[in-house]
Amino acid sequence: MPAENAVLIIVIPLISAFLVPLIGRWKRHFSYFCTIGALATVSLISTSTLLKTIKEGNIGYHMGGWAPPFGIELAIDPLNAMMLVLVSVISLLVAVYSYRSVDQELSDRMVYFYTLYLLQVTGFAGILITGDLFNLYVFLEIASLSGYALIAVGENGAPLACFRYIIMGTIGASFYLLGVGYIYMVTGSLNMADVHQLLPALYDSKVIAAALAFILTGLGIKMALFPLHIWLPDAYTKAPSASSALIAPLMTKISLYVMIRVLFYVFDISILENLFPISRMMVWAGFAAICGGAIMAMAQTDFKRMLCYILVAEVGYIVGGLGLANAVAFKGAILHMVNDAMMTAGLFTVAGIIMYKIRHRDLSDFKGLFQTMPLTMCAFVACALSIIGIPPTCGFFSKWYLIQGGILAMQWPFVGALIASSLINVFLFFRIMEMGYSFRPSHKRPMAINTTETGINEAPMSMVIPTLGIAASVILMGLYNQVIVNRIIAFAVPMG
Amino acid sequence: MIASLFHYYNYWMFIGLMMIGFYAMMAKRNLIKKIIGMNIFQSAIILFFISTSVKGKGASVPILRDAHETHEAATLNIMQYTNPLPHVLMLTAIVVMVATLGVALAVAILIHRRYGTLDENEISLRR
Repeated sequence: MPAENAVLIIVIPLISAFLVPLIGRWKRHFSYFCTIGALATVSLISTSTLLKTIKEGNIGYHMGGWAPPFGIELAIDPLNAMMLVLVSVISLLVAVYSYRSVDQELSDRMVYFYTLYLLQVTGFAGILITGDLFNLYVFLEIASLSGYALIAVGENGAPLACFRYIIMGTIGASFYLLGVGYIYMVTGSLNMADVHQLLPALYDSKVIAAALAFILTGLGIKMALFPLHIWLPDAYTKAPSASSALIAPLMTKISLYVMIRVLFYVFDISILENLFPISRMMVWAGFAAICGGAIMAMAQTDFKRMLCYILVAEVGYIVGGLGLANAVAFKGAILHMVNDAMMTAGLFTVAGIIMYKIRHRDLSDFKGLFQTMPLTMCAFVACALSIIGIPPTCGFFSKWYLIQGGILAMQWPFVGALIASSLINVFLFFRIMEMGYSFRPSHKRPMAINTTETGINEAPMSMVIPTLGIAASVILMGLYNQVIVNRIIAFAVPMG
Repeated sequence: MIASLFHYYNYWMFIGLMMIGFYAMMAKRNLIKKIIGMNIFQSAIILFFISTSVKGKGASVPILRDAHETHEAATLNIMQYTNPLPHVLMLTAIVVMVATLGVALAVAILIHRRYGTLDENEISLRR
């Protein structure tokens, strides 16, 4: 496969985003098939790109034929090729799943939903694939702006939550831009590889310290790192089910990816130790996020809101794991980034299915669900076990690496927080499972008419099959975690 | 000390503008004022980028002098030209800024339709 194909990963969803409204004007549901087609193509291309980078090494594509560092370069290495596969596969599965849910919640705006959906995927893919710091900002804003619109069309209260997200998100992106400006002032370059060459000579400069501080704070807002997470629970709870299934798992993970890219590939691993105690600050930020997220999750009665706080805790795992700054923890952090995207996507799709069937998503609505919706709950159990960290699901292995890394770095509070939050997750999810198995439904279901004699009242197959697909991949990624770590993540580890 | 204060006056102005915008975003209760603050905040960053491209007296727009008459690459004195790259970057950033402003105003309209007010305290009372 020639290197030119890599650019198609951002071009195809972008062009389709323009085509979808035109096609949707003619036949409304064709916009759905057009989206599926585009995302399936992107998934195929990104998978073949991943295989190519594993076999032949990194790919660089020069936009418009301008050689770096002057032109914009698309730089693909195993790390972002893996993230591209993850993003394209999750967005494909969620797109397949979204039709019935969007039809119910936003039936008159379906065409525009899919337009924004494709723009969102364009933004995600662009952030991952670009090798240019400023270009990354532009794609970050493309992803954020389409995310704002996708969230604002949600239920009652969504516009206000979205407005707060816009204010916070803009501060985050502007801080990132300011940091990039500082880097440009002292190095005169924006190409990541080039800046990486130029920076070590300038590590004593205060401008570089300011740049790093601005970039990390900005990304901290975007990824909802604990004290900066206040926008997240409201925005993702009130968004339409299909939007939150796409945005909630991916937006935080992609900001984390940018953090990894900036800390380890633009700056250097040595800056974690020398400049100021960033590494220790990151471990403590992770510790605070894990504790805060887990404790707040226990207080929630709304299932989606509980998931949002779990998401905050999961961000803490990864930031803390990166701060530990040893190879084992780094592998664990990256593996957890991939796993967590998959398992939270599974849980948010389950939340969407429950919302579709029951129109409520309080924890008490789970009563009797194992009887009426066995397939959905099967997927739920797989993802929940993975969040808790029970083998053979993928969540166990990444947590294992993180705990090992924490022990190697002698960061006992962080290790303690990891184990405690696993126990809290046991409490959170077993409570739901118990309700699902042993209680009868408390209030009348609006859709109980077509219940069969066995009492099974499953959601439509177009929603259940993608959810089961995500659940299956949670288990498969657990079983094949060694392949992922040794073939892909091992190449990304910057320390020996 | 005083000299450095005046020498870098563009940065002081950028910091001042940015803090005004930041204050409005955080402290104002009216959503439109928050949006205005957001715009000031972003404009401050744009002005900062533009001011970094300045190179003292005598530097002008980056169009090669006399290149079309002699048909050969004249020896380039970089100090003659201002740095064009920040301007180009900021053209893109302005587009992003306008798009953010549009989305924020659209969301403010949604909020006004639902609650009939744009004041945060009022909205939290009416929920």
